[in-house]
Amino acid sequence: MEVLKYDLIIVGSGIAGLRAATAAAWASGGRISIAILSKIQAMRSHSLSAEGGMSAVLYPDKTGDSLELHAYDTVKGSDFLADQDAVQILVEYAPKEVRYLERIGVPWSREPDGRISQRPFGGMSIPRTTFAADKTGFFIMSTLFSETRRFDNIHVYHEHFVTKFIIEDGEFKGVTAYDLKRGEFKFFYGKAGIIATGGAGRLYRFTTTAHSTTGETLGYALRAGLAIKDMEFVQWHPTALVPSGILVSEAARGEGGYLINKEGERFMKRYAPQRMELAPRDIVSRAILTECMEGRGFQHESGMCYVGLDLRHLGEERINRRIPFIRELAHKYAGIDVLSEPIPVRPAVHYTMGGIHTDTWGRVLTADGKWVRGLWAAGEAASVNIHGANRLGSNSLSECSVWGRLTGEQAAKYVLETSRLPSPDGKLLDVAKGEESRVFDRLLHKEQNAPSPYEVKKQLNDIMEEHFGPFRHGSSMAEGLAKLKKLREFSSFRVVDSSRVYNQNLKDALEVDGMLDLAMVVGIGAYARSESRGAHYRLDYPKRDDVNWLKHTVAYMYGGELKLVYTPVTITKWQPEERRY
Amino acid sequence: MKSLVVKVKRFDGSRTWWQEYKVEVPSEKISVLDVLVKIKEEQDPTLAVRYSCRMAICGSCGMVINGVPRLACQTLLSELGDSRIVVEPLWNHKVVKDLVVDLEPDFEKVRAVKPYIIRDVKEIYESDKEFGQKPEELERYYNFAYCIQCGLCMAACPILGSNDKFLGPMALNAAYRWSADSRDKGWEERKKLIDTEDGVWPCHLAYTCSAVCPRGVDPGYAIQLLKAAILRRRKP
Ligand SMILES: Cc1cc2nc3c(=O)[nH]c(=O)nc-3n(C[C@H](O)[C@H](O)[C@H](O)COP(=O)(O)OP(=O)(O)OC[C@H]3O[C@@H](n4cnc5c(N)ncnc54)[C@H](O)[C@@H]3O)c2cc1C
Repeated sequence: MEVLKYDLIIVGSGIAGLRAATAAAWASGGRISIAILSKIQAMRSHSLSAEGGMSAVLYPDKTGDSLELHAYDTVKGSDFLADQDAVQILVEYAPKEVRYLERIGVPWSREPDGRISQRPFGGMSIPRTTFAADKTGFFIMSTLFSETRRFDNIHVYHEHFVTKFIIEDGEFKGVTAYDLKRGEFKFFYGKAGIIATGGAGRLYRFTTTAHSTTGETLGYALRAGLAIKDMEFVQWHPTALVPSGILVSEAARGEGGYLINKEGERFMKRYAPQRMELAPRDIVSRAILTECMEGRGFQHESGMCYVGLDLRHLGEERINRRIPFIRELAHKYAGIDVLSEPIPVRPAVHYTMGGIHTDTWGRVLTADGKWVRGLWAAGEAASVNIHGANRLGSNSLSECSVWGRLTGEQAAKYVLETSRLPSPDGKLLDVAKGEESRVFDRLLHKEQNAPSPYEVKKQLNDIMEEHFGPFRHGSSMAEGLAKLKKLREFSSFRVVDSSRVYNQNLKDALEVDGMLDLAMVVGIGAYARSESRGAHYRLDYPKRDDVNWLKHTVAYMYGGELKLVYTPVTITKWQPEERRY
Repeated sequence: MKSLVVKVKRFDGSRTWWQEYKVEVPSEKISVLDVLVKIKEEQDPTLAVRYSCRMAICGSCGMVINGVPRLACQTLLSELGDSRIVVEPLWNHKVVKDLVVDLEPDFEKVRAVKPYIIRDVKEIYESDKEFGQKPEELERYYNFAYCIQCGLCMAACPILGSNDKFLGPMALNAAYRWSADSRDKGWEERKKLIDTEDGVWPCHLAYTCSAVCPRGVDPGYAIQLLKAAILRRRKP
């Protein structure tokens, strides 16, 4: 087993991880060594699927926008579960980040005078979503990855699958990783770490997320003694292409697209008369599903019910200039020409509001609120808590960039202030070697009677879709939990491939292994929360309950069992009020 | 249900062989990637295929399908119009396993041409201004910025088949994209790297790179624009 020493180890190379890397490289003046690990090739991270845009108040004088308004929209969108001090940081830093991205070369869409264009997005009261056509995530990702090439002290490890976070005496020590290409196991030993491993959409079957968005690292985090916050809040995006789940960005509605049911009616007038299609995602998603349940949806040959997203009135020129990718995807994957037919869409799992428990600055906390020294988390994997119970579209790219930068800068400073890294002691090496043998000897060993990881993942997806969907009920969730517990009893999987080089079968087993723990966290958190708030909607408790539930769920593992504690929501300016759109 | 025969070129580190799989699919409106994942999950978990976004933007699943370099997720069965599919790893690359090839040498070539804004770095990191850009300035490099580094152009390039030192279409496209950006001042620096024996000059305009690009980038044209800029002694 190779031991590699780095000052800073960044796990994940999405927008959050890459931004952390450039920030740390610059803040340290090139004096610290930085490793970026990614289980896929670094520039292929899921962030590049983001289409619609990145929120920021750019030109308040010209548009009448303000930081205050962006913050309020975000807090209201979150159904008042966001921490308001964190939201304040988001809105203050987001414009700086958009401009930083501008300076490193992101091809933002422009107005004739050279200003950066902005479009309206759901739940935002003013157009403040900055975009690069409808490939915003791709352009930010590829530009940021390019920017990391400038720095000689940033080392990129493509296709290194992290299997374990090593934390000792409340301090981060490093991670172990399986290098797929070389078929080797490695111990990355470091002073500081940033977890930026993205979301977990693949817990569900119908999702807009990449195959790689599996979230196993959150399961590993629990095992390492870290805590996961607000995981019951899973976001459904209202408009995913039927039958694949590929996203049709909110930009389609931002540019003026309508939703229509089987009767050709713009049904959003019944659910959000003022904001119509641009109401927040939880509301539009439930509206579509309600139309379906009440028999006003279309029926797809795959059995799925859907509604139409109508862009016909927008005209070819506007579509080609502002949302060309949507036209291409609809044509390719649904056989639809958006100029003559509505696109078939329905809600799909899109985003995980919850994540690793951190403070406002992205420092990773244990369940009892202590900082795990040397460790930060950023992006979708983290829960600094700006999205609360429902994220507004385009706030995530801002979050990734802002907290990528903030955690990168803090980590660089921490590294420079702490003494030199000694060689890893024997105890630490034993932990890493133990992990190597768990992965290569135990998992690689052919268990004839164990289930295949694909069968388990399929069952997991079925349970999540059936019992922990957009409409939840106590009795159904209790059943779901029992099924999840049973599934989690499998301690090993049947790995048929016995090679070391690029053993995807083994990698798939490692993913499912972490996903099972994470699914339990979603399940117990949702079951316990007896109210409806944002994306968490309970048929048996249809009202929000601020008296009992204005608080964050924090899950952690103790003796192999999952436990919950609750922490208060930080309210600075805005007292909870009823959410109307 | 429709029956397919999928013939895959396999490699396990020492041995190469062709393997045939029979697959039943519900409709022709699914991609070659969907079919390969189905094989992996239901028949043969030892098959290695690289994939992620499944929406033709991440660039993971480049391979040669029925004799043409393509993204598997972007190739629908209905387009192939054949119940026999032959897939093999990208040409001009070292195979790691089955359909997975080593693209890191390509990435290193891109790095070599300095794919970032060259000007005062302090200004980039410590100011809070916009460098600014008019829509017409954006247009000059925009289509070249669509590159997803999938490697299809590198697989299709006839020069790379015999000279692996040639920088190739992916890196040269990047050299053009960054040099043509109105915010960049790095042309002279990049010119030194590409006005060379293994830079732009080996290209002899086969344009196969442009023909296979899944994102409509035209790297062949980028190379010609670079040559023209060098000859006219003018920034692209
Ligand atoms: C289709 C789609 C469109 C979207 N559009 C928008 C939008 O327009 N605006 C917006 O604000 N938000 C949007 N979002 C949300 C946003 O894109 C994501 O929240 C964001 O990109 C997450 O970035 P990240 O850096 O946290 O993680 P990701 O980009 O998901 O990256 C995760 C990284 O972690 C690595 N990783 C994971 N597990 C491991 C492991 N075990 N070992 C090693 N590495 C690992 C991966 O390889 C990857 O590099 C969209 C989401 C989807 C699904």
